[in-house]
Amino acid sequence: MDGIDVLIVALRVVGVFALLILVTIVNIWAERKIVADFQNRLGPMRAGPYGILQTLADAFKLMFKEAVIPRNVERLVYHAAPFLAVIPAFLIALNIPWGRPFTIGSREIVLQGVDINVGLLFILACSSMAVYAVVLAGWASGSKYPLLGGIRGTAQAISYEAAMGLALVSVVMFSATYPGVEGGTFSLAEIVERQAGTWGGFIPRWNIIPLIPAFVIFFIAAIAETNRAPFDLVEAEQELTGGYFTEYSGIRWAMFFLGEYINIFTMSALTATLFLGGWNGPTWDGVLPAWISGILPTVWLFVKTYVLVFIFFWIRATLPRFRYDQLMQLGWKRLIPGAVLWLILSTVVIGFRQFGAPWG
Amino acid sequence: MGLIGELWKGLKVTGGEMIRTITGKRMLTTQYPKEFREKPQRFHGRHVLNRYPDGMEKCIGCELCAGACPARCIYVRGADNPPDDPVSPGERYGFVYEINFLRCIFCALCVEACPTEAITMTHLFEFSMTNREDAIFTKEELLMRPDGTVPHMFPDDPFADLSELQVADGWVRATAPSGYAEYEGVQMWQGTPGPGDWSPEPSQDERDS
Repeated sequence: MDGIDVLIVALRVVGVFALLILVTIVNIWAERKIVADFQNRLGPMRAGPYGILQTLADAFKLMFKEAVIPRNVERLVYHAAPFLAVIPAFLIALNIPWGRPFTIGSREIVLQGVDINVGLLFILACSSMAVYAVVLAGWASGSKYPLLGGIRGTAQAISYEAAMGLALVSVVMFSATYPGVEGGTFSLAEIVERQAGTWGGFIPRWNIIPLIPAFVIFFIAAIAETNRAPFDLVEAEQELTGGYFTEYSGIRWAMFFLGEYINIFTMSALTATLFLGGWNGPTWDGVLPAWISGILPTVWLFVKTYVLVFIFFWIRATLPRFRYDQLMQLGWKRLIPGAVLWLILSTVVIGFRQFGAPWG
Repeated sequence: MGLIGELWKGLKVTGGEMIRTITGKRMLTTQYPKEFREKPQRFHGRHVLNRYPDGMEKCIGCELCAGACPARCIYVRGADNPPDDPVSPGERYGFVYEINFLRCIFCALCVEACPTEAITMTHLFEFSMTNREDAIFTKEELLMRPDGTVPHMFPDDPFADLSELQVADGWVRATAPSGYAEYEGVQMWQGTPGPGDWSPEPSQDERDS
């Protein structure tokens, strides 16, 4: 490992950071435009062509706004909470393979911040950490609406974290069925590589096809984990005047928003990675110039991710917020039993295929 | 399956609306300073004080508008007409006439109350001011000129549409007694605030007989 390797690692990390900031700026604008389309409106139109600079204008406004700190706050936790919202979001994105590894000279460059061999567990841990931002911000604000938001966040996170984790187990188990491999894997790079190829020549070998119930459960849980409508009980403007970030203003408030939008993007990218084949897709190696074939996998991942991001926005524009008991019922009575049932079923099927029937 | 089915129903509705928006079939937004919506006929805009075709002021200083005003934004002081140079037909005229547009709620009750159609409303609504004193429009600013044009606050503004002040709101028409059969063909209101051609209102005895 020499200086250039270190530089490459640094570039990968900074690249993911820059990508997320850029994508968030685009996503906030895109959400406002798309939701406007759903409501027969135009959305932002004034700042730049089609309002594309609106997010930048908002960000600068928030930076220069006075950040009011109420008297009753718990200082240390109050200041730490916005960072707790953003940092786990970045850490999740660092694990996602953004494209096919390529070689320049003798070096192989992976388009991934870091490939942890227990990447999936790390991501689950990080998305649990993100809940602390909600809970601690709600508690440290020292007023009742944020506290209620934080309490709601706790229960919601616990309920949906469980369903999410259970849905992911089948992905890990299914990765063991790829021909020529020994055992399952938690590494995201390998999960993507094990979705390459096709079944019967034309059906892409994506996890979503055998594992569609797990995909549905995971995606619903992902919406709940990112606190998006219809699961946005923690912020619930109408009931809690903003929920856990009521007492935040200025750039600290913007950090929560940044975290939320990074989470939408990374959760969509993660869903695409785990279920939609990640960066797999036709690249026409040899037909197209090498650099286009090199970029295409990244393009495929972004296309898949943005389809999911669009579904996030679509659901937000469609569904009213769940009542609290409905949220709990959906979590505990539908998703978790469903995930457990699916887990048992897929375990039995995959076990039979791996080891043969116990009576055979 | 019920949950997913209901979800799909909702997504279809919003998705359909999105397609209608993108294809340009339905759009609620008007890009206001770039494009203008057509105002309804009975739009309530800024007031104007009218004149008779011979140039006499219609206002007789009776203060009925001030009495009818729910926001108490009209201040009228009447004065006796000078016998040699009368300002309005009749005994008195509006000596002071002020409307505070910070209070006005544009309900047009003053228009209804006015016995001589002296005060009507126009289609102008774009008037802003930078201090409270400017919000009080005096008689000079409200009264139309003898040639029938109405003074505009910002005549040099490129966005100012002077013709808006020439459109009377249809409320005058709505409250005019033309609903009675004996008024058929008799024009009891005028479409513009300028000096127009219309018959005088018959007296009440005449109408009820």
